[in-house]
Amino acid sequence: MRVWKFGDDVDTDAIIQGKYLTFYKPEELAKHAFEGVRPEFAKEVKWGDAIVAGRNFGCGSSREHAPLALLGSGVSMVIAKSFARIFYRNAVNTGLLVLVSEETDAVQDGAEIEVNMKGGWFESGGRRFRIEPIPAFMKEIVSAGGLVPYARGLKEVPLCTGSRR
Amino acid sequence: MAATIVEKIFSRKCGRDIRAGEVVMAPVDRAMIHDITGPLAIEKMREMGGDRVFDPAGVIMLFDHQIPADSIQAAEIHQRMRLFAGEQGIGNLDLREGICHQVMMERGYAAPGEIVVGADSHTCMYGAAGAFATGIGSTDMGFVLRFGALYFRVPESIRCEVEGRFPRRVGPKDLILYITGAVGADGATYQALEFSGNTFSEMEMAGRMTCCNMAIEMGAKAGIVPPDETTWAYIRERRTMEPFDLQSDTDAEYTEFRSFCVDELEPQVALPHNVDRVVSVEETAGVRVDQVFIGSCTNGRYEDLSEAADVLGSSEFSKRVRVIVIPASREEYLKALRAGIIERFIEAGALVEAPCCGPCMGGAFGLLAPKEVSLSTSNRNFRGRQGSTEASIYLCSAATAAASAIYGEITDPREV
Ligand code: SF4
Repeated sequence: MRVWKFGDDVDTDAIIQGKYLTFYKPEELAKHAFEGVRPEFAKEVKWGDAIVAGRNFGCGSSREHAPLALLGSGVSMVIAKSFARIFYRNAVNTGLLVLVSEETDAVQDGAEIEVNMKGGWFESGGRRFRIEPIPAFMKEIVSAGGLVPYARGLKEVPLCTGSRR
Repeated sequence: MAATIVEKIFSRKCGRDIRAGEVVMAPVDRAMIHDITGPLAIEKMREMGGDRVFDPAGVIMLFDHQIPADSIQAAEIHQRMRLFAGEQGIGNLDLREGICHQVMMERGYAAPGEIVVGADSHTCMYGAAGAFATGIGSTDMGFVLRFGALYFRVPESIRCEVEGRFPRRVGPKDLILYITGAVGADGATYQALEFSGNTFSEMEMAGRMTCCNMAIEMGAKAGIVPPDETTWAYIRERRTMEPFDLQSDTDAEYTEFRSFCVDELEPQVALPHNVDRVVSVEETAGVRVDQVFIGSCTNGRYEDLSEAADVLGSSEFSKRVRVIVIPASREEYLKALRAGIIERFIEAGALVEAPCCGPCMGGAFGLLAPKEVSLSTSNRNFRGRQGSTEASIYLCSAATAAASAIYGEITDPREV
């Protein structure tokens, strides 16, 4: 799988423009992913490719169409230095893998990438980089396969229960 | 143990002491869905095995992004949502009232101490009412519709103390643009921005809404102004609720303190294509504009329209510019209409549209061609947000927008 490299502050309008929000099927949305900023993306992206980006990936609107567009285009994960809050949650909820790594600057566009979640690292261009562990509170949802399967398993909500991180 | 207002809201809701960093399944007072994010939320609720919403009265549905339907797809979405509202007994406001956030505020659907969620990122605006309000995605909303609760990671807070009096033609939008420039587009990610200081205590609700609205542009989960006399007066006009004390403790823990003074603040402008690229108006004065948009949930209220009309005076808008004015809601529209402001805009050459999001999201009308320049009172200037990805969007206050619309180029409103 190859790397699609992006910079800081990639906003959700860049991922999927407002005019396509009447669609919400991942495959439909995928045809317009990054249309304005990287027109070749939708055509050339392959199943399993990874997006690697800088800080604040997914900032802007709450549109879940953004992670869905990426899922629809076959992107297997996004690795970024940090994520905007709503995007991060939407990604976890919809089953798009989002990983945090401080070291994404050294990763080149078009490079091959290999990820080892258990080991907590990924490799690209002959170098190995560290990824942060997934926060405990997200793990439950991730391991259920997203918020929908998690919710399906719930008889009632455990109101006001909680945990420190 | 000392607590911030946000920590207090969660503690009150759950009947035990809760502090930032805790992840808690908290009950939600009200949930808002609109025509863009609603359909997916409904589908998710069903996928989660839910047939009925948690409480029809707790769900507010309205259409504002693509109204009146601007495509067959949009019309179908509205149709589907109307059906859902009917079947669930939800009081659908449909396309009659205006922009979701403004309507939520003016109907009193957010009040001090409440937890309100909306399937829209600018839901953080209701922090102006002293509520904890945050935008969520459609899957999270599906969960809320089904269970009336949601997992929250209770955020840490950044305290923004603002002192001083605004100079003439400078106001809350200039302040929040300035703060966004200082804090940065991700400077408050996962946190709450708490606004205080005498500038805020003297600010009317409209200005507080403008500021809380843009908290998300710094990545914040919520913006909040602790309730005071102004808040309670606003709430009293809209619902019966006994005022109670809800303030941060003086020794509460914050991740950061920031202080600002507005005494010498100048009109601010955000440059394309990031909200945090903020400069004072004189640094960008003279930039030719093709379209000026006065409206949106950030600055489409009566106060904004009246400020714009004041700057306009008896002048005309430049013939080079398309001026689009869209009041944020029916209520605001009527106020402006009765004050003669709408008439003045039309005389001066503006197009006045019925309350909706309009060009703000670039989904409906008022789109930009490549290389065009828009000056907008809305909250986002991302590439492609208002049409072509080769167009440029500058953000500013209603006063600056009106001044610039007169001359066809970015203009300091103090010089008009
Ligand atoms: S006016 Fe703009 S920012 Fe506000 S809800 Fe509508 S699209 Fe979103």
